[in-house]
Amino acid sequence: MEEIRGILEELDWSPLFISLKTGVVATFISFFLGIFAARKVVKASPGKKAVIDGILTLPMVLPPTVAGFFLLLLFSRRRPLGEFLFEEFNFKVVQTWLGCVIAATVIAFPLMYRNARAAMEQIDANLVYAGRTLGMSDVKIFWNVIVPTAGPGIASGTILTFARALGEYGATSMLAGNIPGKTGTISQKIAMVIQDGDYLTAGIWVAIVMVIAFLVIFLMNLISGKKMKNVGRW
Amino acid sequence: MAVSVEIHRKLNSFALDISFQSGSRRIGILGASGCGKSMTLKSIAGIETPDEGRITVEDRVLFDSGEKVNLKPQKRNVGYLFQNYALFPTMTVEKNIAAGLKGSRKEKEERVREMIKKFRLEGLERQLPGQLSGGQQQRVALARIMAYEPDVILLDEPFSALDMFLKDQLQREMVELLADYAGTVVLVSHDRDEVYRFSDELLIMDQGRVVAAGPTKEIFHSPGNKAAARLTGCKNFSRARKLDLHTLEAVDWGITLKMKQEIRDDVAHIGYRAHDFIPVWGERGENMIRFDLESSAVLPFERNYYIRSESTAEEAYKEVLCWFVQREEIAVLEERGMPDHLAFDEEKILLLK
Repeated sequence: MEEIRGILEELDWSPLFISLKTGVVATFISFFLGIFAARKVVKASPGKKAVIDGILTLPMVLPPTVAGFFLLLLFSRRRPLGEFLFEEFNFKVVQTWLGCVIAATVIAFPLMYRNARAAMEQIDANLVYAGRTLGMSDVKIFWNVIVPTAGPGIASGTILTFARALGEYGATSMLAGNIPGKTGTISQKIAMVIQDGDYLTAGIWVAIVMVIAFLVIFLMNLISGKKMKNVGRW
Repeated sequence: MAVSVEIHRKLNSFALDISFQSGSRRIGILGASGCGKSMTLKSIAGIETPDEGRITVEDRVLFDSGEKVNLKPQKRNVGYLFQNYALFPTMTVEKNIAAGLKGSRKEKEERVREMIKKFRLEGLERQLPGQLSGGQQQRVALARIMAYEPDVILLDEPFSALDMFLKDQLQREMVELLADYAGTVVLVSHDRDEVYRFSDELLIMDQGRVVAAGPTKEIFHSPGNKAAARLTGCKNFSRARKLDLHTLEAVDWGITLKMKQEIRDDVAHIGYRAHDFIPVWGERGENMIRFDLESSAVLPFERNYYIRSESTAEEAYKEVLCWFVQREEIAVLEERGMPDHLAFDEEKILLLK
């Protein structure tokens, strides 16, 4: 116990905040991009749908290190895009917190997109037609009818996205590296202290992650349960 | 002309190819499932686009393939009542009714209040559609459409999914709620009672074509062709052979019918409604058949008999005829037993192309 207290007193909490910050920002970006992409895919023709869906889902299926490899190819300052971003906007992605966000977003985005899409595909087309014949613009129909009706699916997508972004390891370690206080997330911290054989510190971080994960799932059940009760099956 | 529609469109299994005009305020479209009637309504509303054609409402052109006019559904001012009502599930009754309204907040609120009152939805303003009964949902859906003041209201099989009791109740309510609506209502259904009840003018569709059009009562009285007769509920059909100006052989029934009216040359079929047979006891007269009972069904307020006209050896196979007997007649049958003959009432014989 003494030992744990000692570690806790000296614990550098930065990995928690870096992870939370990364998770929040990546979820925020994925939320809008995911809903937007879902809308486009739901409307697309079947052939196009298969191709676009394949590309958007790929990061979820590929090993994160492969995604990390492609991200490095894109954003390295020795590559055209990375060079352009740095020269024009002074954006550095590799070995920065921005890299954490991008890696987490790319990996977690498919969860948001797929959940939003599944929820939207369940929606009765007549709701859209009814909105149109009532004179509602397509944008209004989308935000006032489709998104709320797909609410439970979108909510669980958001929470899963957050959870995934929070725990991202593979792509993050490749793109952003593990710079303590800058890009050192909880997952990377755990891997690092385990390598040093410090199981006690690793265990503390594992416990923190587990508490967060449980909270996330609890929240998800709470939201989807409540929403479903209001909406009913139809 | 209130409504004028001409639509050509290739569908998977057949081509929708219809044209009609009507100045009537209550138009019915009768047809079997998948005959293209829903597609017709959706084309009027702008949810579907015909390959070619022209649609006008009160002289306003909604669609004209020649002139390249194709108004968005938002601009057509056409109300559409879906079979499942398509109420927005996450919006309260109030919000549903206000969904399509334009104008200031105050104007909207006033309009919503007016509709709530008119459609007797007081107390339900904050409820979600899932919490309402079928009848309440129908009223909300109508209120939502009426709030928007459309020129035309399209009713797409509004009662098809309901049980008999609710159906009757909602039909009565709908007639009442639409009574003071000055615009045109088009009702699409596969239920002949429904269209008979609702429409002054009727269109019968079969396989994407209009097979009969005109005042509803007239069409039920003389449908003109076999497809239309069948959709108006006629059960018995036979091929017909004209023997002379006043006699006709019903080939599949094995009977020769004498008619006072002159028989046109183009009569190819005849039809006879199952309720129109007259039971006869005793001597066989003109236009009567002797029959064998094949089977029967006992319903709460009706008896259905399936009979075959008595055949002699040289005669070929005879079609089964349906004879439906209603309440008062059942009592007569029970008292006197099965009749010796069934007579055709000449007035009720349908001469069909």
